[in-house]
Amino acid sequence: MSRYSTWSAEAAQQVLDLLSEGERLILPALQALQHEFGYVPREAVGIVAKHVNVSVADTHGVLSFYHELRTSPPAPIIVSVCVAEACQANGSRELVTSIEQSIAPVGSRSADGSVDVVEVFCLGNCALGPAVLVNERLVGRVNLDSLTRAVATARDEVNA
Amino acid sequence: MTTIYVPRDSAARSVGADDVAVAIAREAAVRGADVTLIRNGSRGLLWLEPLVEVVTESGRVGYGPVTESDVAGLFDAGFLAGSDHPLSVGIVEEIAWLKDQQRVTFSRVGIVDPLSLNDYEAHGGLVGLRRALEIGGDAVVEEVLASGLRGRGGAGFPAGIKWRTVRGAQSDQKYVCCNADEGDSGTFADRMLMEGDPFTLIEGMVIAGITTGATQGFIYSRSEYPDANDTMREALEIAYLNGLLGNGVLGSEHAFDLSLRVGAGAYICGEETAMLESLEGLRGMVRPKPPIPALEGLFGMPTLVNNVMTLASVPGILVDGSAAYQALGSERSRGTQVFQLAGNIAQGGIVEIPFGITLSELVNTYGGGTRSGRPVRAVQVGGPLGAYFPADKLDVSLDYEAMLAAGGMVGHGGVVVFDESVDMSLQARFAMEFCAKESCGKCTPCRIGAVRGVETIDKIREGIDRPGNLVLLNDLCDLMTDGSLCAMGGLTPMPVQSALRHFPEDFQR
Repeated sequence: MSRYSTWSAEAAQQVLDLLSEGERLILPALQALQHEFGYVPREAVGIVAKHVNVSVADTHGVLSFYHELRTSPPAPIIVSVCVAEACQANGSRELVTSIEQSIAPVGSRSADGSVDVVEVFCLGNCALGPAVLVNERLVGRVNLDSLTRAVATARDEVNA
Repeated sequence: MTTIYVPRDSAARSVGADDVAVAIAREAAVRGADVTLIRNGSRGLLWLEPLVEVVTESGRVGYGPVTESDVAGLFDAGFLAGSDHPLSVGIVEEIAWLKDQQRVTFSRVGIVDPLSLNDYEAHGGLVGLRRALEIGGDAVVEEVLASGLRGRGGAGFPAGIKWRTVRGAQSDQKYVCCNADEGDSGTFADRMLMEGDPFTLIEGMVIAGITTGATQGFIYSRSEYPDANDTMREALEIAYLNGLLGNGVLGSEHAFDLSLRVGAGAYICGEETAMLESLEGLRGMVRPKPPIPALEGLFGMPTLVNNVMTLASVPGILVDGSAAYQALGSERSRGTQVFQLAGNIAQGGIVEIPFGITLSELVNTYGGGTRSGRPVRAVQVGGPLGAYFPADKLDVSLDYEAMLAAGGMVGHGGVVVFDESVDMSLQARFAMEFCAKESCGKCTPCRIGAVRGVETIDKIREGIDRPGNLVLLNDLCDLMTDGSLCAMGGLTPMPVQSALRHFPEDFQR
């Protein structure tokens, strides 16, 4: 089960039509599509450009600028590992190594296709690091055990 | 009936506050105890989270850190009456760590129900806005100027001057933009305020709007803060329903609309001009200044850009008067700073205190040293662009000018502690790597310099022509400092060069 709708140009147009007047801008439009479909396929670029009345180049420029915007579908579970200084001070480098061994290297997908591991710079949980975001749930003082439990919980939620 | 507080703050939730809240509700139902559960913000004593508070006749008694499995035992011990228990921390407001602080901006965080406007007003909320409506824009600008409040985002520019500039600008449309893109590692004050007391930010922005003549405001937050964004959205809705936002703010002739925008994972969008580009829906590319945003900002219109902490400080300043705020602090750094103790620290959290406290007091007295129990070796102040201080140089006073003189900066008030296991050449490398990843790419010193910086530090770490590459690295740092368009490239050398200066042995291993 996916948290997202299946992409189609028609469905995308419906999403864009729901944007308020103040959100008829490239970034909010791309974010709305990613929120609905989980990613922004290449063919969305022309649709957004037309809707917002800007060039395809400008739209592609925004899509490629922001780390979080994806051009391919994500795994059902996204593990965002904080790799910034405050978590480094609490052992995030060691955590990343063990995640790499047990789930997947940062920036890639687990062998079973169910988990994407991505790096983020700061989740605002700097006194209770290392911190990880599993989908939208923040986990503090994380170790491989607690991360595995959080991933299992997320898996149950996705499958529910 | 007993009232129990369990924080909804995401830091507390990250260590199990939701499970504890559920367990308390379940246990109370089983035992037939009459309990009201309120999800408050965090008091900021993060090592005690989840910190459960029970309202008793003598005050709010705290228990922490509580786990789900402690809950039945707490009931058995009679915690609903504030009874003693191994997890008891006594009356929360009597804990010296909290009692010794002087909370102005954070005065309500952790105390109120974040989404109850009644609770907000019962704790002094909206008094500042009502006073602003009464005394008028010129007088508000004078108050902000007289308070000595400086921008809390990092640059420390006098807030009153910015407010006066935007107020004086002639335009049909002006904007107020709150920079809530709190990307610095080691900082979480903006997040905690948005989650624990969102109406203070809204009130501060409404005051900014009616004072500067702006009728539209934006809060630019981060996608990494899903809880804060949810809370903020709910608070905005409540504010609209109660006439705090929209046409006729609190029945006055002023209109102010406010909405939340969320970024998409780009550190550079915390730079004010990149943030404005992002708010326009574009790539977060830094704009050259001038023109300053106060005159030509969002969509080319006069725009007040302030950090969450700056805007959230204004209601309190208007309640107690600028003189009370100005009386706090040291030298030209007036008022309080919300410091955030982070990293490898025993007692991490929020310490709001007048400027002038030393770094040592923060790290050792408040922080209690490292969490690992090993000696402190390095402390980074002011985020990823801030300097590293060695353990024997922590006697520096934390105010804008003293920090500058010591080769550092206060920044957004983040303090990140490292123990002796840290490899400072690796931290220097990370600073360059971070800049390479997050640079907007507009100016060459930052875009190319950061990549070259990583390569050069790698050579030093590998022992390739160390003397030559150290000279090269320092030269590169000087160039980035002098030649970059904004603070991203301009300050990345600060952690690098402070590491070189204070920890040269780490570059010789």
